Amino acid sequence: MENTILKAVDFDAFFGDNQVVKKVNIDIPKNNVIAVMGPSGCGKTTFLRGINRMHELIEGATTKGKMLLNGENVYDLHPIFVRHKIGMVFQRPNPFPNLSIYDNVIAGYKLNGMKIAKPDRDVIVEQSLQKAALWNEVKDSLHKKGTFLSGGQQQRLCIARAIAMEPEILLLDEPTSALDPISTSSVEVLLHELKKNYTIIIVTHNMQQAGRVSDKTAFFYMGELIEFDKTKNMFTNPKDERTQNYITGRFS
Amino acid sequence: MSPNIKYRLGKSGAFKGLVIFFSVLCTIPLMLILFYIIREGITKINWNFLTNLPKPVGETGGGILNALVGSLLIVFYAALIAIPFGIMGGIYLSENKKSLLGYWVRLSVDVLQGTPSIVVGIVIYFWIVKPLGTFSALSGSIALAVMMLPIIVRSTEETLKMLPSSLKEAGLALGLPYHKVMLRIVLPCGFSGVLSGIILAVARIAGETAPLLFTAFGNPYFTTDVTKPMQSLPLLIFNYATSPYDEWHDLAWGAAFILLSWILLLNIITKITTRRWKIQF
Repeated sequence: MENTILKAVDFDAFFGDNQVVKKVNIDIPKNNVIAVMGPSGCGKTTFLRGINRMHELIEGATTKGKMLLNGENVYDLHPIFVRHKIGMVFQRPNPFPNLSIYDNVIAGYKLNGMKIAKPDRDVIVEQSLQKAALWNEVKDSLHKKGTFLSGGQQQRLCIARAIAMEPEILLLDEPTSALDPISTSSVEVLLHELKKNYTIIIVTHNMQQAGRVSDKTAFFYMGELIEFDKTKNMFTNPKDERTQNYITGRFS
Repeated sequence: MSPNIKYRLGKSGAFKGLVIFFSVLCTIPLMLILFYIIREGITKINWNFLTNLPKPVGETGGGILNALVGSLLIVFYAALIAIPFGIMGGIYLSENKKSLLGYWVRLSVDVLQGTPSIVVGIVIYFWIVKPLGTFSALSGSIALAVMMLPIIVRSTEETLKMLPSSLKEAGLALGLPYHKVMLRIVLPCGFSGVLSGIILAVARIAGETAPLLFTAFGNPYFTTDVTKPMQSLPLLIFNYATSPYDEWHDLAWGAAFILLSWILLLNIITKITTRRWKIQF
């Protein structure tokens, strides 16, 4: 059997009285790429933000149920600790504009007050940038501001920043929706590499992308998890009618 | 072209002309002030004027060193007091747009901004000068700090509000503690706006006279002791310009010129800092 790293048990998420994620139960296997798919407003981003406790930062936002990371409920842990274990990359690239490329990558350590010797820092920065397939492009301009990079490079910088912390899970919220096709494909190739070390959960609107990058796909509709299966099965032989309608573009 | 359209275009043209005319009129008060102060003041400025103390009535010459240093010190300490309060308050307001405390803070800061400076001076007099039993530069600084506070709070708030929330989320998602996210990421990204707010606040209070009348009081001698009464440029101008002596009028004109140059300079610096240190997203 596959090794489960993250398990949601009857997970609900609310904005005030409005329930946007309903009783989600899902087992996320380790070292896989999981695509989360569904029409706008189906709760997929909210579900993602519930995993690393970013959801609760919004005023009036609450959750119910359990989100177990290696068997431990993240809602019993301190959010800072949770977010060290579960990294996140956002829809729009958001490198820290006041920091250099180097400092962006090391920010998770530096601003957490973790003291690391300079040589070790250099290693972390280089390895993270290499894993994010950005090293060759920026190795000569590490001390320039990260915002001088192109959108695709900025997004890979954000990925490097997230994986520098050695998280167990990487959450990506439509990471390529603001990128051009070339940058998109470089990020997608990267995901294949990254799943050797990390478990990746990616929210995407783009079905082709889900098909290209993911091992398993979760389909959300109206806040519910409708179907969760191997991506291949899901696209060729969906079990639920709603999944089929969505995949074939028959949703009104 | 029909005559009707011609008539309408004519009206448009006339309106544009009026707008330009009144815009030019808006600059005239400043031009007049500058012209007058420069004409009267610049001839009084020389090395002695900047490095000497005022002479007693009847003697020619003398300078404004005590007021120059006094003004710098009083404004410096005022800024030192107001900046931490102002920035913290601004951070709170930018983060808590709807909270009850936010509502009250915003309201009181706005009312404070409209409070007449003479009232601030009197209140500080009763709260600090009277209990301590002496006029002091420090009490003047406190009065000026109160005047600065609303400007810094609101400019910090507005600056931080304009920053994208993705910035804060990026920091929090990295597992950074809240204070690091605010102090090391959000605040530095809004640095140019916060700084220009501070400089504008300094420029705004550098020429305040009323809050100093009952607090710093003024002092014909040189002192750097902030627990003692201290001279400042606006006080010197106020006292000397209303005196009947020509030598003192000269000092007042010179001091007015210096004060105006400061404020002009501070405003120019603000413009430069906002442009130079603007963070690109």
